Amino acid sequence: MLSDILIIILSSLGALFILLAAVGFVRMPDSYLRISVTTKAVTLGIGLLLASAAIYFNDLSVTSRVLAIILFIVLTSPVGAHLIARASYFAGNKMWEKSVMDELEGKYRPNSHKLSSGEDIEDVEKMKKEPDRESDLI
Amino acid sequence: MTIEEYLYYIILPILAISVLLVFCRFVLGPSIADRVVALDLLITIGITIIAVYSIVYDQSTFLDIAMILGLIAFLSTVAFSYYLEKRNRKKREKKKKENNAE
Repeated sequence: MLSDILIIILSSLGALFILLAAVGFVRMPDSYLRISVTTKAVTLGIGLLLASAAIYFNDLSVTSRVLAIILFIVLTSPVGAHLIARASYFAGNKMWEKSVMDELEGKYRPNSHKLSSGEDIEDVEKMKKEPDRESDLI
Repeated sequence: MTIEEYLYYIILPILAISVLLVFCRFVLGPSIADRVVALDLLITIGITIIAVYSIVYDQSTFLDIAMILGLIAFLSTVAFSYYLEKRNRKKREKKKKENNAE
């Protein structure tokens, strides 16, 4: 009986988070906001729904499988989101016009995709002088 | 109301609605990055639908397929972003060559 209540709570919360992520995915104004909204909410939703499956079966093999899936999703979804956001930034995807700042602006070489940290002032100066070296072409 | 009925009549419709919303963005999506993220999201919601079905039909073996889908989702995102970056680089080189010729 207790496990039934737990399953209902966990699955409802998980479905709610996934629904919120989907609504945010449709409503958000630019692709970076969309990526950032969906990755977190969907990761949480998946974790809760799979946990409800683990409680329902109450079996060591199923629980370990569920833990493996959750661990894998938690490890890979931020990496995937970062990769695709980086690719879309280099593609010149526009940010929302009401965005406050673009911290990456002028801090990377467009051909080699090499980033410099803003704290390293010499590096930034050098990049302004020679923004795109021929040797960086790959 | 048993737990199977609850999952079947309340949780699965919610998940189906969210799949529809994500599919809207997949069709509309202005940039290619939106489409890639939508594809990733569709697969990820598919994993949860498989988990719910494995509870409803009491078949724990369905979870194996959920695991493999998770692997494939990550692989597809990485491959798409890799080729997107490569395409951008090629486009920029082409532009540069045209400018030099002028």
